[in-house]
Amino acid sequence: MEIGITHYLSVGAILFTIGVFGIFLNKKNVIIILMSIELILLAVNINLIGFSAHLGDLTGQVFAMFVLTVAAAEAAIGLAILVIYFRNRGNIDVENLNIMKG
Amino acid sequence: MIIQSIAFYIFAGIIIASAIMVISAKNPVHSVLFLILAFFNGAGLFVLVGAEFLAMIMVIVYVGAVAVLFMFVVMMLDINFVELRQGFLQYLPIGLLIGLILLVELILILSSQFEDPQILAVSSLPIPPIEEVENTKALGNVLYTKYIYLFQSGGLILLTAMIGAIVLTLRSRPGIKKQVIAKQVSRKREDSVEIKKVTPGAGV
Repeated sequence: MEIGITHYLSVGAILFTIGVFGIFLNKKNVIIILMSIELILLAVNINLIGFSAHLGDLTGQVFAMFVLTVAAAEAAIGLAILVIYFRNRGNIDVENLNIMKG
Repeated sequence: MIIQSIAFYIFAGIIIASAIMVISAKNPVHSVLFLILAFFNGAGLFVLVGAEFLAMIMVIVYVGAVAVLFMFVVMMLDINFVELRQGFLQYLPIGLLIGLILLVELILILSSQFEDPQILAVSSLPIPPIEEVENTKALGNVLYTKYIYLFQSGGLILLTAMIGAIVLTLRSRPGIKKQVIAKQVSRKREDSVEIKKVTPGAGV
């Protein structure tokens, strides 16, 4: 059976859903939420690469590279915020994350 | 062709299984390890469609940097993960509902006719044949010409992220002795040495 664009899009869709589901499932653990965001970005990358191969167009790969850049920056900043939050509060409970509420 | 299909199904199966393990593992260290497995298999999927450079970048950036960063944070923060697991099943129904709706919507899009033949005919950046220009070179050719401004902005984003992460996590704790070179260099002889005239036989 020929592997086409639909197979790649299906993998991307399932991975995206698992990522969104993971955010709901681990509502207290910020680390797992950040990992779920990484999974969502991986799904987006799979979609972009699949379309790039399907259309014979290099733009998708360039876009996937920029997504990768932003994902790395986001992980670094997110984990830095997590570290200082833990330093101030002693836990990483997301449900108490409203100290900045005015 | 059959080998390609088998490889695709193996990679796709492992990637989905490890993604499920990432969100459901009890120990976050295991979650990070399964995330690494998912990224490796994602790189395998990229190789299958001929995006070798991105596959390698994926392994280097995600496995080499992002996953190790996650591992550091998970291991260095003293977090009671058992406490965090409480209420795990509380959000399961609503999460399942939203996940199901999302999946059904995405599958509806896939099963519909989403391809426009007009788009298929026009390619803004056609991939050159692999015999002439390999993937890395082709990507570099457009990245450093057509997308140079976006590429530089990507570099600036990474620089901002790096400075931001350092500024956020750097702290100066009081009571810790540190070398201050300016203070050492600006030290004068008069500040630290005092000459006393001692009369002989009288003692100090």
